[in-house]
Amino acid sequence: MDSETLLADYRLMLKIRLHEEAAKKLFQEGKVGGTIHLCIGQEAVAVGVIAQLRPDDYIASTHRGHGHMLAKGGELKPMLAEILGKATGYCKGKGGSMHIASLEVGNLGAVGIVSGGLPIAVGAALSAKLRGTDQVTVVAFGDGAGSEGNAHESMNLASLWKLPVLFLCENNQYAVSTRYTNAIAGGSVAKRAAGYDMPSALVDGNDLEAVHFAAQDALRYVRDGHGPYVLECKTYRIEGHYVGDAMVYRTKAEVEEWRRKDPLLHVERLLMERGILTQEACRAIEAEVQAEVDEAVEVAENSPEPSLDSIFEDLYTGEVIR
Amino acid sequence: MSERQLSYREAVAEAIAEEMRRDPAVFMMGEDIGRHGGAFGASRGLIDEFGSERIRNTPISESVIVGAGVGAALTGMRPIVEIMYVDFAAMAMDSIVNQAAKVKYMFGGHAKVPLTIRSAFGAGRGQAAQHSQSLEAWFNAIPGLLLVMPSTPYDAKGLLKSAIRNDNVVIVLENKLLYGDVGPVPAEEYTIPLGKAAIRREGKDVTLIATSRMCNLAASAIEKLTAEGIDVEFIDPRTIKPLDMETIAASIRKTGRAVVVNEGHRTGGLTSELAARIMDECFDDLDAPVMRVAAEDVPIPYNRRLELEVIPAEKDIVAAVREVVTR
Repeated sequence: MDSETLLADYRLMLKIRLHEEAAKKLFQEGKVGGTIHLCIGQEAVAVGVIAQLRPDDYIASTHRGHGHMLAKGGELKPMLAEILGKATGYCKGKGGSMHIASLEVGNLGAVGIVSGGLPIAVGAALSAKLRGTDQVTVVAFGDGAGSEGNAHESMNLASLWKLPVLFLCENNQYAVSTRYTNAIAGGSVAKRAAGYDMPSALVDGNDLEAVHFAAQDALRYVRDGHGPYVLECKTYRIEGHYVGDAMVYRTKAEVEEWRRKDPLLHVERLLMERGILTQEACRAIEAEVQAEVDEAVEVAENSPEPSLDSIFEDLYTGEVIR
Repeated sequence: MSERQLSYREAVAEAIAEEMRRDPAVFMMGEDIGRHGGAFGASRGLIDEFGSERIRNTPISESVIVGAGVGAALTGMRPIVEIMYVDFAAMAMDSIVNQAAKVKYMFGGHAKVPLTIRSAFGAGRGQAAQHSQSLEAWFNAIPGLLLVMPSTPYDAKGLLKSAIRNDNVVIVLENKLLYGDVGPVPAEEYTIPLGKAAIRREGKDVTLIATSRMCNLAASAIEKLTAEGIDVEFIDPRTIKPLDMETIAASIRKTGRAVVVNEGHRTGGLTSELAARIMDECFDDLDAPVMRVAAEDVPIPYNRRLELEVIPAEKDIVAAVREVVTR
């Protein structure tokens, strides 16, 4: 990767990491409703793939979707405001952490039903084809979603109709507590692509460059109208399924091993090895990004709550008698 | 005035064709809707005019048919999707209930989902438990979905055109025994607004509210009841959501009595909801309890005698009306 892109991606990965840490802290302070799913450790996947997209391309995201949104160009303030349920959030406080969406950003939405985004992405890709544009749609989904019927239906239809969609399997190895080896026959979602007559690649999802180049190839194939593509990025969910998960299903040693493979550390090493940044420069950028995140947290915390009147808004378009 | 006659299935196909000519964003997806013309013939001929890009024959994949409809609707298209039998909607319930119905609201309104979902429902063809259900109460129970149940060829065309033009998710349920019904459908352009009931007959003794094919049974029941001297006001809501409660309430203010008829099951069915709404909004006007005519709480059996016994019949409507006027 050229140094400019590497630097931009590093900054974006830091933004996601620090956003997630801020969100975790807000949750632990009791300011976040429901539950929250963090993508700490998976930043290279979101950035390596989604940051390459054009503004008019689409993504469809998951319950663990903060990174996807930020990589697509989402802003910190409305993200954090949404997580806090504020009127100024991306969804006016109606969606929360699990449903962040913005058609302006090109995010067709994070859906909380595992695999629910795949059919929607297929539809967006069909729409692009029918409208005669060269927009592509990237749908992120986890290893768990790979075993849903929606994955089968969506991949089959997308391939039959040669639709411009990239199926991005973010294999973080755990579907809540179930390891992918106990859930995916054959051990890989990418492997299944052959059965649908689609090309695929399986890459180290903690290696930004590997993800970036694999995604570049995949996106070129998809945008050129050859049809869909499956890109599986093997990564690791360093945090629990949700904040507060006791994680009895895996060992501390395993988590420690993957902490050493932290994708951010990997990028920092690259930046230093190539003489692009020093350790101090890395820390200085981190401090800048931290300041942005802190400011966004403050703004979000001081933002207004939605009014009770808004309960009945946004359900239907136009005049509909209740 | 033109007195052109069309079948219900021709009226549906004509509505789709007109809207596809009018708006290039309209297209259709579903199982066997191409050369085969749809399981009930409601898309016959469309592929000849519009081709396979806009009349998209799909594999048997209900979840992605509806989900892709949502994705296409979110990104500038105006899809019509067909679920061959409403029973198969069970395979697509995530796409319908969790995605189609919710995305606009849960995304804070920053989305528009102009999606029409058509499906055939109802018993009476000896198709047994998995091809005969009337599941409208499922959809009616989910905020974010609009629900239309046309009972005549005229309404089938006019309501479907409005559904396609509507910027919301509209479920259009077509009773499979109605597809062959023939009725007047003018050649001139028209639409029927969603949320407007039709008063099929004015009367002063009792308000009879029936949906879809039950309207045909109600009409023949009314002939008998009229002969007995019972003056029935007959309302076809046509749109279930939004429900034209204004028309229903005005009628009950006049008659003081109501009978509701729907082909779905008695428990948790549309008659439960209609009766509850009438209780909520018209209690002071009622002189008798609301009577309900609905299917028995069993799956639809295959044997014809059993099947006909389970679903509402003309005699059940007659009996309910006779009873309510004497209370």
